[in-house]
Amino acid sequence: MIAILDYGSGNLRSAARAFELADSQTVVTNDPDICAEADGLVVPGVGAFAACMQQLIAAGGKEIIDARVKASKPLFGICVGMQILFSQSSEKGQTGGLNILAGEVTEIAAPVLPHIGWNTVVAARESKLFAGLTDSYFYFVHSYAAKGAVANAKNSYANYGEVFLAAVERDNVVATQFHPEKSGDAGARLISNWVQSL
Amino acid sequence: MTLAKRIIPCLDVAGGRVVKGVNFLNLKDAGDPVELAKRYGQEGADEITFLDISASVEERTTTLEIVSRTAEQVFIPLTVGGGIRTTQDVDRLLRAGADKVSINTAAIARPQLINEISDRFGNQVLVLSVDARRAGTKSGYEVTTHGGRESADLDALVWIEEAIERGIGEILLNSMDADGTKEGFDLPMIEDVRAISRVPVIASGGAGVIGDFAKAIESGADAVLAASVFHFGEIKISDIKAAWREQGIAVRD
Repeated sequence: MIAILDYGSGNLRSAARAFELADSQTVVTNDPDICAEADGLVVPGVGAFAACMQQLIAAGGKEIIDARVKASKPLFGICVGMQILFSQSSEKGQTGGLNILAGEVTEIAAPVLPHIGWNTVVAARESKLFAGLTDSYFYFVHSYAAKGAVANAKNSYANYGEVFLAAVERDNVVATQFHPEKSGDAGARLISNWVQSL
Repeated sequence: MTLAKRIIPCLDVAGGRVVKGVNFLNLKDAGDPVELAKRYGQEGADEITFLDISASVEERTTTLEIVSRTAEQVFIPLTVGGGIRTTQDVDRLLRAGADKVSINTAAIARPQLINEISDRFGNQVLVLSVDARRAGTKSGYEVTTHGGRESADLDALVWIEEAIERGIGEILLNSMDADGTKEGFDLPMIEDVRAISRVPVIASGGAGVIGDFAKAIESGADAVLAASVFHFGEIKISDIKAAWREQGIAVRD
Protein backbone atom coordinates (compact mmCIF):
# COMPACT_ATOMS: atom_id res chain seq x y z
CA MET A 1 0.00 0.00 0.00
CA ILE A 2 1.19 3.50 -0.94
CA ALA A 3 0.20 6.51 1.16
CA ILE A 4 0.35 9.97 -0.39
CA LEU A 5 0.76 12.51 2.38
CA ASP A 6 -2.05 15.05 2.24
CA TYR A 7 -1.08 18.30 3.92
CA GLY A 8 -2.87 20.70 1.58
CA SER A 9 -0.09 21.13 -0.94
CA GLY A 10 -1.07 21.23 -4.57
CA ASN A 11 -2.44 18.80 -7.08
CA LEU A 12 -2.61 15.35 -5.48
CA ARG A 13 -5.02 13.87 -7.98
CA SER A 14 -2.40 13.20 -10.65
CA ALA A 15 0.06 11.88 -8.07
CA ALA A 16 -2.55 9.55 -6.60
CA ARG A 17 -3.52 8.24 -10.01
CA ALA A 18 0.08 7.85 -11.20
CA PHE A 19 1.06 5.80 -8.14
CA GLU A 20 -2.20 3.89 -8.31
CA LEU A 21 -1.19 2.61 -11.75
CA ALA A 22 1.86 1.02 -10.09
CA ASP A 23 0.07 -0.06 -6.89
CA SER A 24 -3.70 -0.22 -6.86
CA GLN A 25 -3.66 0.20 -3.06
CA THR A 26 -2.86 3.91 -3.07
CA VAL A 27 -4.47 6.29 -0.59
CA VAL A 28 -4.26 10.04 -0.05
CA THR A 29 -4.15 10.67 3.69
CA ASN A 30 -2.52 12.36 6.67
CA ASP A 31 -3.58 9.65 9.10
CA PRO A 32 -0.44 8.87 11.13
CA ASP A 33 -1.20 5.15 11.47
CA ILE A 34 -1.86 4.61 7.76
CA CYS A 35 1.22 6.66 6.88
CA ALA A 36 3.34 4.65 9.32
CA GLU A 37 2.16 1.28 8.06
CA ALA A 38 2.20 1.96 4.31
CA ASP A 39 4.86 0.18 2.24
CA GLY A 40 5.80 3.55 0.80
CA LEU A 41 5.02 7.15 1.75
CA VAL A 42 4.95 9.82 -0.97
CA VAL A 43 5.60 13.41 0.14
CA PRO A 44 4.44 15.83 -2.56
CA GLY A 45 4.89 19.59 -2.40
CA VAL A 46 4.40 22.67 -4.54
CA GLY A 47 4.71 26.38 -3.89
CA ALA A 48 7.09 28.17 -1.58
CA PHE A 49 9.36 26.22 0.78
CA ALA A 50 8.30 28.08 3.95
CA ALA A 51 4.59 27.73 3.16
CA CYS A 52 5.04 23.99 2.55
CA MET A 53 6.90 23.55 5.85
CA GLN A 54 4.17 25.44 7.72
CA GLN A 55 1.41 23.35 6.16
CA LEU A 56 3.36 20.16 6.77
CA ILE A 57 3.86 20.93 10.45
CA ALA A 58 0.21 22.00 10.86
CA ALA A 59 -0.96 18.68 9.38
CA GLY A 60 1.32 16.60 11.63
CA GLY A 61 3.46 15.66 8.65
CA LYS A 62 6.81 16.36 10.31
CA GLU A 63 6.23 13.65 12.94
CA ILE A 64 4.95 11.24 10.28
CA ILE A 65 8.06 11.70 8.13
CA ASP A 66 10.52 11.65 11.03
CA ALA A 67 8.98 8.43 12.34
CA ARG A 68 9.24 6.71 8.97
CA VAL A 69 12.85 7.75 8.47
CA LYS A 70 13.71 6.60 11.99
CA ALA A 71 12.09 3.23 11.23
CA SER A 72 13.96 3.04 7.86
CA LYS A 73 10.69 2.82 5.95
CA PRO A 74 10.58 3.91 2.30
CA LEU A 75 9.77 7.55 1.55
CA PHE A 76 9.56 9.42 -1.76
CA GLY A 77 9.73 13.24 -1.80
CA ILE A 78 8.62 15.11 -4.91
CA CYS A 79 9.59 18.68 -5.92
CA VAL A 80 9.24 20.85 -2.77
CA GLY A 81 8.60 17.52 -1.04
CA MET A 82 12.26 16.77 -1.89
CA GLN A 83 13.49 20.22 -0.86
CA ILE A 84 11.98 20.09 2.63
CA LEU A 85 14.01 16.94 3.37
CA PHE A 86 17.14 19.15 3.36
CA SER A 87 18.53 21.26 6.23
CA GLN A 88 17.33 24.63 5.00
CA SER A 89 16.26 26.80 2.09
CA SER A 90 17.09 30.41 1.20
CA GLU A 91 13.76 30.99 -0.55
CA LYS A 92 12.22 34.22 0.82
CA GLY A 93 14.67 34.28 3.74
CA GLN A 94 16.23 31.30 5.52
CA THR A 95 13.80 28.57 6.53
CA GLY A 96 14.71 25.36 8.27
CA GLY A 97 13.81 22.03 6.69
CA LEU A 98 13.43 18.53 8.10
CA ASN A 99 17.22 18.03 8.07
CA ILE A 100 16.98 14.41 6.92
CA LEU A 101 19.44 15.17 4.13
CA ALA A 102 22.32 17.55 4.81
CA GLY A 103 22.50 20.52 2.48
CA GLU A 104 20.91 23.80 1.50
CA VAL A 105 18.29 24.58 -1.13
CA THR A 106 19.18 27.75 -3.04
CA GLU A 107 18.06 29.64 -6.15
CA ILE A 108 19.26 28.24 -9.46
CA ALA A 109 21.70 30.53 -11.28
CA ALA A 110 19.85 30.89 -14.59
CA PRO A 111 18.67 33.99 -16.46
CA VAL A 112 15.12 32.70 -16.93
CA LEU A 113 13.26 31.29 -13.92
CA PRO A 114 11.26 29.27 -12.98
CA HIS A 115 12.91 26.30 -14.67
CA ILE A 116 9.73 25.05 -16.34
CA GLY A 117 9.55 22.15 -18.74
CA TRP A 118 11.19 18.90 -19.74
CA ASN A 119 14.86 18.35 -19.04
CA THR A 120 17.16 15.33 -19.04
CA VAL A 121 18.74 13.78 -15.98
CA VAL A 122 22.18 12.23 -15.68
CA ALA A 123 21.35 9.30 -13.45
CA ALA A 124 23.69 8.05 -10.74
CA ARG A 125 25.47 4.82 -11.61
CA GLU A 126 23.50 1.83 -10.42
CA SER A 127 20.50 4.00 -9.61
CA LYS A 128 17.46 1.81 -8.98
CA LEU A 129 15.07 4.69 -9.53
CA PHE A 130 16.33 5.36 -13.06
CA ALA A 131 16.69 1.72 -14.13
CA GLY A 132 15.93 1.60 -17.86
CA LEU A 133 15.70 5.39 -18.08
CA THR A 134 18.91 6.55 -19.72
CA ASP A 135 18.68 10.08 -21.17
CA SER A 136 14.96 10.40 -20.43
CA TYR A 137 13.18 13.73 -20.11
CA PHE A 138 11.32 14.63 -16.91
CA TYR A 139 9.04 17.57 -16.11
CA PHE A 140 10.48 20.23 -13.80
CA VAL A 141 8.85 23.34 -12.39
CA HIS A 142 10.93 25.14 -9.74
CA SER A 143 13.34 28.01 -9.12
CA TYR A 144 15.26 26.55 -6.18
CA ALA A 145 17.21 23.31 -5.81
CA ALA A 146 19.81 21.49 -3.72
CA LYS A 147 23.18 21.66 -5.47
CA GLY A 148 25.78 19.55 -3.70
CA ALA A 149 26.06 15.78 -3.52
CA VAL A 150 24.38 14.10 -0.56
CA ALA A 151 26.85 11.89 1.29
CA ASN A 152 26.45 8.10 1.03
CA ALA A 153 23.72 8.51 -1.57
CA LYS A 154 23.15 7.99 -5.27
CA ASN A 155 22.99 11.52 -6.65
CA SER A 156 21.47 12.25 -10.06
CA TYR A 157 21.83 15.63 -11.70
CA ALA A 158 20.18 18.00 -14.17
CA ASN A 159 21.56 21.15 -15.72
CA TYR A 160 19.78 24.47 -16.19
CA GLY A 161 22.15 27.41 -15.92
CA GLU A 162 24.05 25.28 -13.43
CA VAL A 163 24.16 21.68 -12.29
CA PHE A 164 21.75 20.79 -9.50
CA LEU A 165 20.36 17.68 -7.80
CA ALA A 166 17.54 16.18 -9.85
CA ALA A 167 17.18 13.13 -7.63
CA VAL A 168 18.72 11.52 -4.59
CA GLU A 169 18.50 7.96 -3.24
CA ARG A 170 19.85 7.31 0.24
CA ASP A 171 18.86 4.16 2.04
CA ASN A 172 15.08 4.20 2.11
CA VAL A 173 14.76 7.89 1.30
CA VAL A 174 14.37 8.80 -2.35
CA ALA A 175 13.41 12.17 -3.81
CA THR A 176 13.08 13.87 -7.16
CA GLN A 177 13.13 17.58 -7.94
CA PHE A 178 11.04 16.87 -11.05
CA HIS A 179 7.45 15.61 -11.10
CA PRO A 180 7.41 11.91 -12.10
CA GLU A 181 3.59 11.98 -11.96
CA LYS A 182 3.67 14.60 -14.74
CA SER A 183 6.51 13.09 -16.74
CA GLY A 184 4.58 10.83 -19.10
CA ASP A 185 5.93 7.33 -19.76
CA ALA A 186 9.36 8.03 -18.26
CA GLY A 187 7.75 9.19 -15.03
CA ALA A 188 5.48 6.14 -14.92
CA ARG A 189 8.53 3.88 -15.30
CA LEU A 190 10.37 5.68 -12.51
CA ILE A 191 7.35 5.39 -10.19
CA SER A 192 7.04 1.73 -11.07
CA ASN A 193 10.76 1.21 -10.33
CA TRP A 194 10.25 2.63 -6.86
CA VAL A 195 7.05 0.69 -6.14
CA GLN A 196 8.72 -2.56 -7.31
CA SER A 197 11.57 -1.93 -4.86
CA LEU A 198 9.26 -1.73 -1.83
CA MET B 1 21.31 18.21 -20.91
CA THR B 2 19.17 21.05 -22.20
CA LEU B 3 15.72 22.21 -21.32
CA ALA B 4 13.50 21.17 -24.23
CA LYS B 5 11.36 23.75 -26.02
CA ARG B 6 7.71 22.97 -25.50
CA ILE B 7 4.75 22.52 -27.85
CA ILE B 8 1.37 23.19 -26.25
CA PRO B 9 -1.97 22.52 -27.94
CA CYS B 10 -4.82 24.64 -26.60
CA LEU B 11 -8.42 23.43 -26.40
CA ASP B 12 -11.40 25.73 -25.92
CA VAL B 13 -13.88 24.03 -23.62
CA ALA B 14 -17.36 24.82 -22.34
CA GLY B 15 -19.96 22.66 -20.64
CA GLY B 16 -17.63 19.67 -20.62
CA ARG B 17 -17.06 19.70 -24.37
CA VAL B 18 -14.43 20.99 -26.73
CA VAL B 19 -15.99 23.88 -28.60
CA LYS B 20 -14.88 25.78 -31.66
CA GLY B 21 -13.65 23.83 -34.58
CA VAL B 22 -12.02 20.50 -33.99
CA ASN B 23 -11.94 18.22 -36.96
CA PHE B 24 -10.17 14.99 -36.20
CA LEU B 25 -10.85 11.80 -38.01
CA ASN B 26 -10.73 8.32 -36.38
CA LEU B 27 -11.68 9.66 -33.01
CA LYS B 28 -14.78 8.24 -31.40
CA ASP B 29 -15.78 11.52 -29.87
CA ALA B 30 -14.02 14.58 -31.23
CA GLY B 31 -15.82 16.77 -28.74
CA ASP B 32 -14.50 15.08 -25.60
CA PRO B 33 -11.65 17.13 -24.10
CA VAL B 34 -10.22 14.12 -22.28
CA GLU B 35 -10.01 12.09 -25.50
CA LEU B 36 -8.35 14.99 -27.30
CA ALA B 37 -5.91 15.67 -24.48
CA LYS B 38 -4.97 11.98 -24.52
CA ARG B 39 -4.47 12.02 -28.24
CA TYR B 40 -2.27 15.11 -28.08
CA GLY B 41 -0.32 13.48 -25.26
CA GLN B 42 0.32 10.46 -27.46
CA GLU B 43 1.42 12.73 -30.33
CA GLY B 44 4.10 14.29 -28.15
CA ALA B 45 2.45 17.41 -26.69
CA ASP B 46 4.60 18.71 -23.83
CA GLU B 47 1.65 20.25 -22.00
CA ILE B 48 -2.07 20.72 -22.54
CA THR B 49 -3.95 23.98 -22.09
CA PHE B 50 -7.71 24.19 -21.59
CA LEU B 51 -9.29 27.60 -22.13
CA ASP B 52 -12.67 27.60 -20.42
CA ILE B 53 -15.03 29.78 -22.44
CA SER B 54 -18.12 28.81 -20.44
CA ALA B 55 -20.89 31.35 -20.39
CA SER B 56 -22.58 30.10 -17.22
CA VAL B 57 -21.81 28.87 -13.72
CA GLU B 58 -23.25 25.45 -14.59
CA GLU B 59 -20.91 25.06 -17.54
CA ARG B 60 -17.97 26.15 -15.42
CA THR B 61 -18.69 23.46 -12.84
CA THR B 62 -18.51 20.88 -15.61
CA THR B 63 -15.04 22.15 -16.49
CA LEU B 64 -13.79 21.01 -13.08
CA GLU B 65 -14.98 17.50 -13.89
CA ILE B 66 -13.12 17.40 -17.20
CA VAL B 67 -9.99 18.74 -15.52
CA SER B 68 -10.22 15.85 -13.02
CA ARG B 69 -10.82 13.24 -15.68
CA THR B 70 -7.94 14.58 -17.75
CA ALA B 71 -5.52 14.72 -14.81
CA GLU B 72 -6.32 11.09 -14.01
CA GLN B 73 -5.51 9.90 -17.52
CA VAL B 74 -3.00 12.25 -19.09
CA PHE B 75 0.31 12.43 -17.24
CA ILE B 76 1.68 15.66 -18.62
CA PRO B 77 1.17 19.17 -17.22
CA LEU B 78 -2.27 20.73 -17.56
CA THR B 79 -2.94 24.48 -17.58
CA VAL B 80 -6.46 25.85 -17.27
CA GLY B 81 -7.52 29.43 -18.06
CA GLY B 82 -10.76 31.34 -18.38
CA GLY B 83 -12.97 32.96 -15.79
CA ILE B 84 -10.48 32.85 -12.89
CA ARG B 85 -11.14 35.79 -10.59
CA THR B 86 -10.21 34.69 -7.08
CA THR B 87 -7.78 32.45 -5.19
CA GLN B 88 -10.82 30.24 -4.51
CA ASP B 89 -11.17 29.67 -8.27
CA VAL B 90 -7.48 28.71 -8.41
CA ASP B 91 -7.80 26.40 -5.41
CA ARG B 92 -10.74 24.57 -6.99
CA LEU B 93 -8.86 24.05 -10.26
CA LEU B 94 -5.65 22.85 -8.58
CA ARG B 95 -7.63 20.45 -6.42
CA ALA B 96 -9.41 19.17 -9.52
CA GLY B 97 -6.02 18.35 -11.02
CA ALA B 98 -4.75 21.42 -12.88
CA ASP B 99 -1.03 22.13 -12.52
CA LYS B 100 -1.16 25.75 -13.61
CA VAL B 101 -3.80 28.40 -14.18
CA SER B 102 -3.75 31.29 -16.60
CA ILE B 103 -5.32 34.65 -15.89
CA ASN B 104 -5.95 37.59 -18.18
CA THR B 105 -8.79 40.11 -17.86
CA ALA B 106 -9.27 39.64 -14.11
CA ALA B 107 -5.63 40.59 -13.51
CA ILE B 108 -5.98 43.71 -15.63
CA ALA B 109 -9.07 44.71 -13.64
CA ARG B 110 -7.38 43.92 -10.32
CA PRO B 111 -3.59 43.43 -10.52
CA GLN B 112 -3.44 42.49 -6.82
CA LEU B 113 -4.97 39.14 -7.86
CA ILE B 114 -1.50 38.17 -9.12
CA ASN B 115 0.03 38.72 -5.67
CA GLU B 116 -2.80 36.87 -3.97
CA ILE B 117 -2.40 33.80 -6.19
CA SER B 118 1.40 33.66 -6.12
CA ASP B 119 1.60 34.29 -2.37
CA ARG B 120 -0.72 31.37 -1.70
CA PHE B 121 0.27 28.84 -4.38
CA GLY B 122 3.68 30.01 -5.62
CA ASN B 123 4.40 31.88 -8.85
CA GLN B 124 5.02 28.61 -10.72
CA VAL B 125 1.26 27.94 -10.91
CA LEU B 126 0.49 31.28 -12.53
CA VAL B 127 0.55 32.04 -16.24
CA LEU B 128 -0.24 35.60 -17.28
CA SER B 129 -2.06 35.58 -20.59
CA VAL B 130 -1.54 38.84 -22.51
CA ASP B 131 -3.52 39.69 -25.66
CA ALA B 132 -1.22 42.29 -27.21
CA ARG B 133 -1.19 44.26 -30.44
CA ARG B 134 0.80 47.05 -32.04
CA ALA B 135 -0.25 50.52 -30.97
CA GLY B 136 1.06 54.02 -30.36
CA THR B 137 2.05 53.32 -26.77
CA LYS B 138 5.57 53.83 -25.42
CA SER B 139 6.74 50.28 -26.16
CA GLY B 140 4.75 50.07 -29.38
CA TYR B 141 2.41 47.40 -28.00
CA GLU B 142 -0.80 47.63 -26.02
CA VAL B 143 -2.94 45.17 -24.09
CA THR B 144 -6.39 44.36 -25.44
CA THR B 145 -9.46 42.68 -23.99
CA HIS B 146 -12.53 40.98 -25.46
CA GLY B 147 -10.54 38.99 -27.99
CA GLY B 148 -8.70 42.02 -29.27
CA ARG B 149 -11.77 44.14 -29.86
CA GLU B 150 -11.10 46.60 -27.06
CA SER B 151 -8.04 48.44 -25.82
CA ALA B 152 -7.21 48.06 -22.14
CA ASP B 153 -5.36 51.40 -22.21
CA LEU B 154 -2.27 49.63 -20.97
CA ASP B 155 1.22 49.44 -22.46
CA ALA B 156 1.90 45.71 -22.96
CA LEU B 157 5.55 45.75 -21.85
CA VAL B 158 4.81 47.94 -18.83
CA TRP B 159 2.04 45.49 -17.86
CA ILE B 160 4.29 42.46 -18.27
CA GLU B 161 7.03 44.03 -16.14
CA GLU B 162 4.51 44.87 -13.43
CA ALA B 163 3.07 41.35 -13.49
CA ILE B 164 6.53 39.75 -13.20
CA GLU B 165 7.22 42.01 -10.23
CA ARG B 166 3.93 40.94 -8.64
CA GLY B 167 4.73 37.25 -9.10
CA ILE B 168 3.86 35.37 -12.28
CA GLY B 169 5.67 32.21 -13.40
CA GLU B 170 5.16 32.44 -17.16
CA ILE B 171 3.81 34.73 -19.88
CA LEU B 172 1.44 33.50 -22.57
CA LEU B 173 1.92 36.11 -25.27
CA ASN B 174 -0.95 36.18 -27.77
CA SER B 175 -0.42 38.42 -30.78
CA MET B 176 -3.80 39.84 -31.71
CA ASP B 177 -2.31 41.16 -34.96
CA ALA B 178 -1.03 37.74 -36.03
CA ASP B 179 -3.87 35.68 -34.56
CA GLY B 180 -5.88 33.96 -37.26
CA THR B 181 -3.67 35.14 -40.13
CA LYS B 182 -1.63 31.92 -40.39
CA GLU B 183 1.23 34.11 -41.61
CA GLY B 184 3.55 33.31 -38.75
CA PHE B 185 4.14 34.48 -35.20
CA ASP B 186 4.81 38.15 -34.42
CA LEU B 187 8.57 37.69 -34.11
CA PRO B 188 9.57 41.27 -33.20
CA MET B 189 7.02 41.22 -30.38
CA ILE B 190 8.39 37.92 -29.06
CA GLU B 191 11.91 39.42 -29.12
CA ASP B 192 10.80 42.57 -27.33
CA VAL B 193 8.97 40.64 -24.60
CA ARG B 194 11.86 38.19 -24.23
CA ALA B 195 14.23 41.11 -23.69
CA ILE B 196 12.34 42.33 -20.60
CA SER B 197 11.23 38.96 -19.15
CA ARG B 198 13.05 36.84 -16.63
CA VAL B 199 10.21 34.28 -16.74
CA PRO B 200 9.50 31.85 -19.60
CA VAL B 201 7.56 33.16 -22.61
CA ILE B 202 4.99 31.07 -24.49
CA ALA B 203 4.30 32.43 -27.97
CA SER B 204 0.83 32.21 -29.49
CA GLY B 205 -0.98 33.49 -32.55
CA GLY B 206 -0.28 33.28 -36.27
CA ALA B 207 1.09 29.76 -36.76
CA GLY B 208 0.40 28.57 -40.31
CA VAL B 209 3.21 26.24 -41.38
CA ILE B 210 5.71 24.00 -39.57
CA GLY B 211 8.59 26.43 -40.07
CA ASP B 212 6.76 29.18 -38.17
CA PHE B 213 7.29 27.42 -34.84
CA ALA B 214 11.09 27.30 -35.06
CA LYS B 215 11.15 31.02 -35.88
CA ALA B 216 9.23 31.77 -32.69
CA ILE B 217 11.75 29.73 -30.71
CA GLU B 218 14.67 31.48 -32.41
CA SER B 219 13.09 34.81 -31.49
CA GLY B 220 13.26 33.84 -27.84
CA ALA B 221 10.10 31.88 -27.05
CA ASP B 222 10.49 29.04 -24.53
CA ALA B 223 7.33 27.34 -25.75
CA VAL B 224 4.76 27.66 -28.53
CA LEU B 225 1.00 27.33 -28.23
CA ALA B 226 -1.50 26.80 -31.04
CA ALA B 227 -5.04 25.57 -31.48
CA SER B 228 -6.63 25.34 -34.90
CA VAL B 229 -3.61 24.11 -36.89
CA PHE B 230 -3.48 21.13 -34.52
CA HIS B 231 -7.22 20.56 -34.26
CA PHE B 232 -7.71 20.39 -38.01
CA GLY B 233 -4.74 18.11 -38.47
CA GLU B 234 -2.98 20.68 -40.67
CA ILE B 235 0.17 20.35 -38.60
CA LYS B 236 1.22 17.42 -36.47
CA ILE B 237 3.14 17.96 -33.25
CA SER B 238 5.46 15.11 -34.23
CA ASP B 239 6.30 16.86 -37.52
CA ILE B 240 7.25 20.07 -35.70
CA LYS B 241 9.47 18.04 -33.37
CA ALA B 242 11.13 16.28 -36.30
CA ALA B 243 11.87 19.64 -37.92
CA TRP B 244 13.21 21.06 -34.65
CA ARG B 245 15.49 18.08 -34.15
CA GLU B 246 17.03 18.67 -37.58
CA GLN B 247 17.55 22.33 -36.74
CA GLY B 248 19.21 21.53 -33.42
CA ILE B 249 16.36 22.80 -31.23
CA ALA B 250 16.10 20.69 -28.07
CA VAL B 251 12.93 18.59 -28.01
CA ARG B 252 11.61 15.88 -25.75
CA ASP B 253 11.56 12.51 -27.50
